[in-house]
Amino acid sequence: MMALRGFRDPELASSISKRIWDKVLRPIKIMEVCGTHTMSIARFGIRDLLPPSLTLISGPGCPVCVTSQGDIEAYIGIGSASDNTVLVTFGDMMRVPARGTSLQKERAKGKDIRVVYSPMEALEMAEREPEKRFVFMGIGFETTAPAVAFSIMEAKRRGIGNYMVYSSHKLVPPALLAILSSPDLSIDGFILPGHVSTIIGSDPYGFIPEEYGRAAVIAGFEPVDILMSIEMILDQINSGDRKVEIQYKRVVRPDGNRKAREIMYEVFEVGDASWRGFGVIPRSGLFIKESYSDFDASKAFALSRTEDPPEPKGCSCGDVLRGLILPYECKLFGKACKPESPVGPCMVSSEGSCAAYYKYRVWRE
Amino acid sequence: MCLGIPMRVVDVSGEEVVLEQGGMRIRARTDLIEDPISVGDYLLVHAGFAIQKVDEGEALETLAMLEEMLGTL
Repeated sequence: MMALRGFRDPELASSISKRIWDKVLRPIKIMEVCGTHTMSIARFGIRDLLPPSLTLISGPGCPVCVTSQGDIEAYIGIGSASDNTVLVTFGDMMRVPARGTSLQKERAKGKDIRVVYSPMEALEMAEREPEKRFVFMGIGFETTAPAVAFSIMEAKRRGIGNYMVYSSHKLVPPALLAILSSPDLSIDGFILPGHVSTIIGSDPYGFIPEEYGRAAVIAGFEPVDILMSIEMILDQINSGDRKVEIQYKRVVRPDGNRKAREIMYEVFEVGDASWRGFGVIPRSGLFIKESYSDFDASKAFALSRTEDPPEPKGCSCGDVLRGLILPYECKLFGKACKPESPVGPCMVSSEGSCAAYYKYRVWRE
Repeated sequence: MCLGIPMRVVDVSGEEVVLEQGGMRIRARTDLIEDPISVGDYLLVHAGFAIQKVDEGEALETLAMLEEMLGTL
């Protein structure tokens, strides 16, 4: 589609940037919630187009980063339960450190741990190798949960009893509510995640302007999308007319994707979930319903939720996820903690804030 | 993780499509979307599933609005 190239047009980007400079009337802080936005902002050098009094801070939208240490350790534990258990995961999880080990290190020791791009690949492996048990690590937000839900429905329909999911799926709006309820809140507006919103639409964010008076724009991922969203946020701030707007109209509809949500809630139900950096957030996680419990790894392996183990020593990933500090304000950043030797998940994930800031050398605003 | 790439449909068979972008071809499922899909459509793909059809009309409208503002600078 030729039109999509327009969202990288340098002339358009520079004209929006000029207007942004005119519209920043006081120091402004905007949180980009989604890790893919963090990556785009760093990769396209968006900060260089913004006035110094406008600060972009990263939020909790990195699924690998917010997965609790307890969930990661429980999942690795499943792999050691028996020799015929195969762990299957998205690639980003492999290097997350967990008590002296990681999925990658476990694989080097000979455990059968496989990386896939889609949960359907894990289901197909289970179908091909019926003598083994396949446990998929279900991480991700509303964007990913419908795909994983569909794989579970397919497992039931096709009678594939050796496929299971450990669900650590999370919902974005409750995390934003947790950020907004914090007493040290200093954020003026939110760049909301484009692909989560593809599924949930714009309504679930209504509390941001209505209860907390903050600006909110659902944004696409190209440079022109991000700059345009920042301008829309500034317009909301300057006019006092706060609302949830959609900039990413070519993909996000106000009512989202109803069919994907139906599939998601056919399999999952909402419950309290533990997030790195936040602790337990009420009604923020997706858990497998009783009617699909045969495919629930946490039931099959009789896992009970315990207290989360402590964070890796000195790691500020949790503070970064809550937008309290910028990655380079962590003592370990770029020194003890680098992408090749990460201390915490924010430096591991391809959309972790620390990894983005390190890769594109965002050392200071 | 929430990376979604718009890719062009080159083949449709049942609930499966073949998509192309920059010389790369992948398969994806369309079980998560309601809209009918045909060859030439652009779909947003995530974790092996199309999660939405890209609306070219909306894309052009957004750009036209920005270009109009460019003219008034």
